[in-house]
This record gives sequence, structure tokens and C-alpha cells, in this order.
Amino acid sequence: MEKFDRLIEEHIPRLRRYARALAGDRTRADDLVQDTLERAWGKFHLWRRGSDLRAWLFSIMHNVYVNGIRKSSAAPMLLPLEEDALNVPVRADQEDGLQVRDVHAALGCLSQDQREVLLLVGLEEMRYEEVAKILDVPLGTVMSRLSRGRERLRQIMAGGAVPALRVVK
Amino acid sequence: MSEPMQTVNEDELQAYADDQLDEPRRAEVGAWLANHPAEAGRVEDYRRQNEALHALFDPVLDESVPPRLQRPEPASWLSMPLLRHAAVVAWLAIGGTLGWFLHGTQDVRSGTTMAFVRQAAVAHVVYTPEVRHPVEVGAEQEAHLVAWLSKRLGVSVKAPHLSEAGYELVGGRLLPGSSGPAAQFMYQDGRGQRLTLYVRTDGGGSRETAFRYARENNIGVFYWIDGPLGYALSGDLEKSELLKVAQAVYHQLNP
Repeated sequence: MEKFDRLIEEHIPRLRRYARALAGDRTRADDLVQDTLERAWGKFHLWRRGSDLRAWLFSIMHNVYVNGIRKSSAAPMLLPLEEDALNVPVRADQEDGLQVRDVHAALGCLSQDQREVLLLVGLEEMRYEEVAKILDVPLGTVMSRLSRGRERLRQIMAGGAVPALRVVK
Repeated sequence: MSEPMQTVNEDELQAYADDQLDEPRRAEVGAWLANHPAEAGRVEDYRRQNEALHALFDPVLDESVPPRLQRPEPASWLSMPLLRHAAVVAWLAIGGTLGWFLHGTQDVRSGTTMAFVRQAAVAHVVYTPEVRHPVEVGAEQEAHLVAWLSKRLGVSVKAPHLSEAGYELVGGRLLPGSSGPAAQFMYQDGRGQRLTLYVRTDGGGSRETAFRYARENNIGVFYWIDGPLGYALSGDLEKSELLKVAQAVYHQLNP
């Protein structure tokens, strides 16, 4: 048990980083990490010794996060816009490039599914197969969420600041 | 878009941006991108997205971890001198009953009894990890808690005080049992280790009391029947430690 705690401890900074990106603000992110750790401590006997602990922890966090969103529709962690609400014009040449601060805001415009994949791949640098396992979806789903999420992000960035409700048709 | 995709597909472009292509293919895609500036620009943007994510969130890695995310050391409460002393005293006090405690562990377990143990263990696993709502009524309203649960179970129940064993009452809740309402009391030691005492009416009148032990997954459960009530004490503890607490519970309820 103590050994397991120490093993988990090593992963806490990365869980916090992912949670911060996922949940937006620090308090909500740490709530998410705390719930994840509580579950991990409570279910440690379900973890197969020798298997990838990081993947196991991230999949717990994914479940906690998704359940949290389902339960508290009153207080979503980030407010993703509806798929169709973001019909953003793409500027031909992207002189602005990617502004780091805009990426943060733009992340909130992605669907939760896309955001998770984008972060697990881009920030956590996980293999696609690993992401599929953590999210419990087929590899093809990971790839399409990644591709769409990135393209969405790119369009938002290309359009300048986050064009939250600017619907262009 | 259709022409280039015949040679390099979308997944490969993503994988190229993420350095997830194996080497022969990686070079091929790189060469292909050299002749396809639109796709090359797109891949470059994806790489910059990854860089931006790192720039934004990597600083979190260097933040100190707040105390609420650190698990307290799960040291044995027996290592504390005062408690060890108390434990020895309790141990001596119950020496005479040890015989039937051990005898009881060999008892035949009926299906309904095992269902009882399972319910207790499941309730333990469900509620002990709760951070915000571990109990319905907290220990600060103990009198109300006990009165309420006694009323619902239709028989007088008590919340034993286990501070000598190092555990303080957190509170309790009402639960559905297989044949009616059941109660759960939760206890916690100074290091956050939680135990639960599950209580239900036995229905069968006063039968022989014996301590029995079972494990459900990693949860140890001592259970016994005492007059009209069945008790199950659950915890993620060594059997011997859990037994000591179970004995403390028993003696609290039968002074």
C-alpha cells in the first residue's frame, strides 16, 4: 500500500498538468485530481501490478471528468460551444501565427471529446493506441477527434482571437 | 485534397506532427510534405499547437503539490505508544473470549450471511472514498443520527466510540439492506484511514454471537450477530488490526 502510494505520487504533477488544461482553473483542476486520487487509492487492488500505472490513472481521471460533466450540467468545467456554433472563416494567410494565450481560450471552444484527445496527444505525448485505451474508444475515433480538434483549433487561431459566437455563413 | 491523400493519409499527417511515425515512413512523409506546402503548413501549425500547450501548462509540473493531494502516511496506529498501551489492555480484557472468536471463524457461512457481508463491503467501498459527502449525518449531530437510525431500523442502535482504538466517528447514513433499512457508521483515524460499521436488523431473534471474518476484494470484514442486530466492520486493514477494532466495537456495545 505504501509502495503504491509512492508510485502514484510520481504521477501527481502530470495529472495536475492535464487536469489544469482540461478543467481550466486551478481549483477545479485540483478537485478533479483529488477525486481521481481518492478513487485510485480506493481501487488500487484493481490495478494490475506491472501494468502502466500512468495510463490507469489517466483513465480514472477521464471517467471522473466525464461523470462530473454529466452530473453537474449546471456547472460545466469549461463551456464548449456547440459544434455548429463555430463556423469560423479561415484567413488565407496566417500572419498572426499561434498565440499561446489564445490557445488556452480556444481549447475551451473544442468539444470535450476533442479537447481530451488533443491534450493527451499534444501535451501528454501519449501514443495514439494508449489514448484509445484510456478513453475506451477505437483508434479511428481518436484519430478523427484529433484531426478535427486540431483543425478547429487552427481555424480559431487563424481567425484571430476566439470568435466565440461569431457565426458566419 | 484528394490527390495528395492517395499517397499520404490524414492519420499519417497527424502522426508526423506528433513524431509517431516509424523511420522509413517518416522520411517519406517528410519528402512528400516538401512538395505540398499547404499540408506542410498545416502540420507545422499542429506542431505549434503542441508547443503552445507545453508553454501554457508545463509550469504546473513545477508547482508544489498542495497538501490535499498528498495522502497521509498509512502508518499503523499500533506504532503510537499510547494506543499500543490501550490495545494491550483491551487485549488482556478480552483474553477469555478469544476461544470462541477463533471458533467462530470456522463456522459455516450461509448464503444470506454472505449477502450481508457483501452489502457491508460494497457500502464500505462506495462511501469511504467520498471526499465531500462521506456521511448523511455528521458526528457533530450524533444524538440525532443515533435516534434517527434507531427509529428507521426499529430497534435501538448505538454508534460505538472507538477513540481508544484511534478512530473517531465521522457520522452515518441510512442504507437499503436486503430485508429493510440498514445503517452505516463511518470512522476515521488521524491519518485518514476509514472503517465502516454496517448494522442491520437480523430478524431471527437472539442467536449465538460469533465473530467471523471474510474478505471481499481487498476489504476485510468482521461480522457477528448480537441479539436483534447483525454487525459488519469493514476496513482495508490487516486482519489482526481489524479484529482488535471489532473487539472494541463489541465491548462498547456490550459493556
